[in-house]
Amino acid sequence: MFLIDCPWCGPRQQTEFHCQGEAHIARPKDPDALSDEEWANYVFNRTNPKGVHFERWVHNHGCRRWFNVARDTVTDRILAIYRMGEKRPKVKS
Amino acid sequence: MSKYSIFSLARNALSYHEDWQRAWRSPDPKPEYDIIVIGGGGHGLGTAYYLAKEFGYKNVALLEKGWLGGGNTGRNTTIVRSNYLWDESAALYEHALKLWEGLSQELNFNVMFSQRGVMNLAHNLHDWRELNRRVHAIRLNGIDSEILTAAQVKKEAPIFNVSPDSRYPIMGASIQRRGGTARHDAVAWGYARAADARGVDIIQNCEVTGLTIRNGKIEGVETTRGAIRAKRVGVVVAGHSSVLADMAGFRMPVESNPLQALVSDPIKPVLDCVVMSSAVHVYVSQSDKGELVIGAGSDLHVSYSQRGSFDIVEGIMGALCELVPMVSRLKMMRQWGGIVDVTPDRSPIIGKTPIDGLFVNCGWGTGGFKATPGSAHVFAATLAKGEPHRLAEPFALDRFHSGRLIDEAGAAAVAH
Repeated sequence: MFLIDCPWCGPRQQTEFHCQGEAHIARPKDPDALSDEEWANYVFNRTNPKGVHFERWVHNHGCRRWFNVARDTVTDRILAIYRMGEKRPKVKS
Repeated sequence: MSKYSIFSLARNALSYHEDWQRAWRSPDPKPEYDIIVIGGGGHGLGTAYYLAKEFGYKNVALLEKGWLGGGNTGRNTTIVRSNYLWDESAALYEHALKLWEGLSQELNFNVMFSQRGVMNLAHNLHDWRELNRRVHAIRLNGIDSEILTAAQVKKEAPIFNVSPDSRYPIMGASIQRRGGTARHDAVAWGYARAADARGVDIIQNCEVTGLTIRNGKIEGVETTRGAIRAKRVGVVVAGHSSVLADMAGFRMPVESNPLQALVSDPIKPVLDCVVMSSAVHVYVSQSDKGELVIGAGSDLHVSYSQRGSFDIVEGIMGALCELVPMVSRLKMMRQWGGIVDVTPDRSPIIGKTPIDGLFVNCGWGTGGFKATPGSAHVFAATLAKGEPHRLAEPFALDRFHSGRLIDEAGAAAVAH
């Protein structure tokens, strides 16, 4: 369990938040043009890295706002917190 | 390999049990093998065993980065059952259960398989209807499954509170009497010993650091103990499947999450079956040592940390104290986490990968232990022939783009 520094509310317990999976997965601009493999890649395939993971969290028992987190999946250490729509920051695990 | 028996026990007693033969060798890796199995858990060790026994492969290596059975094989709650809803799952898990039934004799190693029955509780009308539907579907597949009323649940498991006024009232349950538990470590050790006796090189402390691929075909593996060539490679690494796939340059529909379990202090026998409740994410049985073995839910974020969040423990213990009031007087002795590889449809992935000669067996998620012998057997057949075994075919990686998913997330009696 870890503390998460909500960009709007400050540090709160992880139990107030919900992880919503990998960040920066762009919805294909023209889904009709995709092959079944490309569509499956968008819907199902994930990076699932052992190391730095860029992921979306929502403060669902707080301000209910979304933001991105860079977290080391081995140590659970949070390396960066940044707003939705921002580019992924350069971080070192 | 000397056979374990009452006579070998007596013979070794004469030398104060100091001269027992080692259960398996510790060979150095050879430069080349016909088949390399990566991952020394139950599924991997079983795969190596069936490759040697059923398919006559003499030149097989099993690589394990740590020690045998040190991952999820040694961290699960040892529940074995085959009461799955969909035909594909039912066939696969029932194949496993049938192998479980003869496993101790086959391996000459007591895996302490105990068919004490596995009960799944229904707490509300929806649970009850779903459970009835499931029981009948399972029976149509020729797998034993019964319905119990609340009074029958009380008779089978008297420590449970079946009062209609309780926080989680028990309306009834399903029970698979052929289900039960097994000694998880013994499964790894038994397969390791039997595989080694048939010539499989089991190489521990040997981590795979890279895969050698040329023109889309596997040629071998890079390890911490040097490069090893192989014609075929089987990846059976559970939570680390994405890491191995990354080495091969493709992505998988898998996310790795921590799943937790804990045990109480040992007490006199109070529970002689396994009881699961999907609604409150708890499953409990009593080990032969007397500890209550309690399984919890998984964290929902990606993690390789092998430890889970305390709020999950708090949540399930709160629920368990309501279901089994006597638990409030117990101390919990140990708590741990394992990293489970969860797929979008909660069914495993067995078969080919985009790399020729590289095969994968993963995605068993929160319920791989029960499938160990069946998973190992069908994967060995797949590796041996280069084509998926009949029972493994529906679980191919390409189902995620063909759309033929086997959705066991809400369907099976799985506590996710």
